[in-house]
Amino acid sequence: MSKQINVALIGNPNTGKTSVFNALTGLNQKVGNYPGITVEKKEGICKLPRGVKAHIIDLPGTYSLNASSLDENVVIELLLNKNDKDFPDIAVVVSDVENLKRNLLLFTQIKDLEIPTLLVINMADRMSYKGISLDIDYLEEHLQTKIALISTRKNEGINNLKNLIANLKDLPIKPCLNASEIDQDYFDNLRKAFPNQLLYKLWLVITQDVNFGKTDRNEIGAVANFKTKSKADLKRLQQKETIKRYQFINNVLKKGQTIDISQAKDLRTKLDRILTHKVWGYTIFFVILLTIFQAIYDWSSIPMDFIDTVFASLSEWTKNMLPSGAFTNLLAEGIIPGLGGIVIFIPQIAFLFLFIAVLEESGYMSRVVFLMDRVMRRFGLSGKSVVPLISGTACAIPAIMATRNIESWKERLITILVTPFTTCSARLPVYLIIISLVIPEGRFLGLSYQALTLMLLYLIGFGTAVISAYILNKILKIKSKTFFVIEMPNYKLPMFKNVALTVIEKTKSFVFGAGKIILAISIVLWFLASYGPGEQFNNAETIVKAEYAPQNLNEEDLKQKIASHKLEHSFIGITGRAIEPAIRPLGYDWKIGIAIVSSFAAREVFVGTLATIYSVGSDDEATIKNRMAAEVNPILGGPLFTFASGISLLLFYAFAMQCMSTLAIVKRETNSWKWPVLQLVIMTAFAYIVALIAFQFLK
Amino acid sequence: MQDTLAHLKRGEKGIITDVSSIHIPLKLLEMGCLPGNAVQLVQLAPFQDPMYLNINGTHLAIRKETASHILIEKTTHE
Repeated sequence: MSKQINVALIGNPNTGKTSVFNALTGLNQKVGNYPGITVEKKEGICKLPRGVKAHIIDLPGTYSLNASSLDENVVIELLLNKNDKDFPDIAVVVSDVENLKRNLLLFTQIKDLEIPTLLVINMADRMSYKGISLDIDYLEEHLQTKIALISTRKNEGINNLKNLIANLKDLPIKPCLNASEIDQDYFDNLRKAFPNQLLYKLWLVITQDVNFGKTDRNEIGAVANFKTKSKADLKRLQQKETIKRYQFINNVLKKGQTIDISQAKDLRTKLDRILTHKVWGYTIFFVILLTIFQAIYDWSSIPMDFIDTVFASLSEWTKNMLPSGAFTNLLAEGIIPGLGGIVIFIPQIAFLFLFIAVLEESGYMSRVVFLMDRVMRRFGLSGKSVVPLISGTACAIPAIMATRNIESWKERLITILVTPFTTCSARLPVYLIIISLVIPEGRFLGLSYQALTLMLLYLIGFGTAVISAYILNKILKIKSKTFFVIEMPNYKLPMFKNVALTVIEKTKSFVFGAGKIILAISIVLWFLASYGPGEQFNNAETIVKAEYAPQNLNEEDLKQKIASHKLEHSFIGITGRAIEPAIRPLGYDWKIGIAIVSSFAAREVFVGTLATIYSVGSDDEATIKNRMAAEVNPILGGPLFTFASGISLLLFYAFAMQCMSTLAIVKRETNSWKWPVLQLVIMTAFAYIVALIAFQFLK
Repeated sequence: MQDTLAHLKRGEKGIITDVSSIHIPLKLLEMGCLPGNAVQLVQLAPFQDPMYLNINGTHLAIRKETASHILIEKTTHE
């Protein structure tokens, strides 16, 4: 078998690079992280003609090789490090036919690295629509490359692209312009000092902060010290370089591309006029948010009820079919309810990611950023903070990573600190189950009370985030330059394939990532709840029988009493009752206390924990919800989940910083323990106080 | 006084004449914000800020503060 070739997909954001990746790899892709950093690494396998296999990496989108973020650094580090196992045999630069001029800047830089480079011009289907025509032969000759004109939307040109990749030996590796002309003397000296190195590579090492692998560092180390120019001079030179490259590109495109403006139809202007309008813009944004919450709550309840029932009967079935014993109990009371607690949330998480993917893909998200920047700035945030705050409704971790493109450090830090207030999908399970227990059914203006409560909780989340940002902005004394640049991409109909792949990918990572934790915790909890130390636990049957002997209870009731006595004296019961005094003022019993503590691993564990605790010792076929509804308050009598304790619990979850992974990511992104620790302490204390007030006031 | 980008009104066009490099991030230059390129103000956000521009065919938004460091010559006159 022939050797696998490494292909790196490189391109500006919004060029449809990921569509190209999806078209080449289909479902043969996986998403991981670059070692040591949290930049997403997407790779996949593609079969090329003549049995050649290609390993394809989708590099983070970048406007140039002058990195200004961690994500962009990844691109340079890979392209400069020949020893990296992923070092590309061929660089495929993806461009968008409508933004060719700007896209070619990155292309000319990559050509200077003398890697075989192929130019993909995507969105060819829009050419006639925009009145664009291209002279491909002319462009290929002057850009020193082969061009694949494709349309991922119409699925055209993909085979040709695969062919061109397979024939990478035909690609010229010469640079297409001589950038060193901008300061001939300086570059001549540089070349003399390091005759064995590529000139452009040297230039990048001098101007960028690049991390190299060990072997390369020794050779390159000396270059970084080759400083015959000041920082300001270097920046001026970089500017000259950019101008030089654009001059070249303009000249090539003058002959290679013609745009007949009279042919162009402009949907963008019309849509922009409405979507960024001072009244309609905000109204539409609000309606979109409302639709999302209605979908998450109302539309997904049918599959969820179905899943809940299926797992309850599966548990029952296992108990009846397998011989009784510790293993069967573990399966029926620990593992199956635990798994159920994961699977049940798939419909909602899928819906949430579906909406986020559509908003991103369509280009609408940039308009929201544009619309919100001035408003957000008043609170010390940036328009770009809207994206983390919205994607924080999925998960705080990618949301905090999405703050990287905020140029000002102060705005970025504040965004990081307040993002965990937004309602992430992990809080959703907790909200949903409690809302369905304590909020009455019924409708108001066609929206259910329960959906409105959920909407309100999201608004509380956003509101708290914004208010804390305002306070932080006043307190934090950080001076940093405030830059703000955002591309306003064309409106595009989201591609089904891209959206579907995102939804599948994110849902999968929820099920397997969070799922693993939930399952592990469920099993541990089952053990802790099924075993206990001492007399009280081991002789529960005798003790309970003796205690209730005068009352002459029937078989069923007695069994119930024994089970709850056992639970109370199990390991988990003892721990739970130890912390009970702290949470009783909030209206919770020790079981909820355990659930709160274990949900520190991941919030959604709350439901799974209660499911496990309640199912131990009970053998009727009940859903999680029914079991929770049946719980009795040990002191006051009556149901445990009342309006007061329910609201108190909802508010606690709305404000508490309750996720280890988020703390870890905040530590990594701020590079200090100070911020995550402050977040943990302040948010949890605030949550406790609010929940306390709510319960005492409502009870 | 020379006009800057911040002086453009909606729909107006101009040519960039100079860019104050200390105040402008390299990224903005790379997106086409360079002397000689044509620029048009497409849209102003509510509260007149940020500005949605078409520079050299690239659509992008920047804040007014940044725009005031980019000198232009208006090509449309009322």
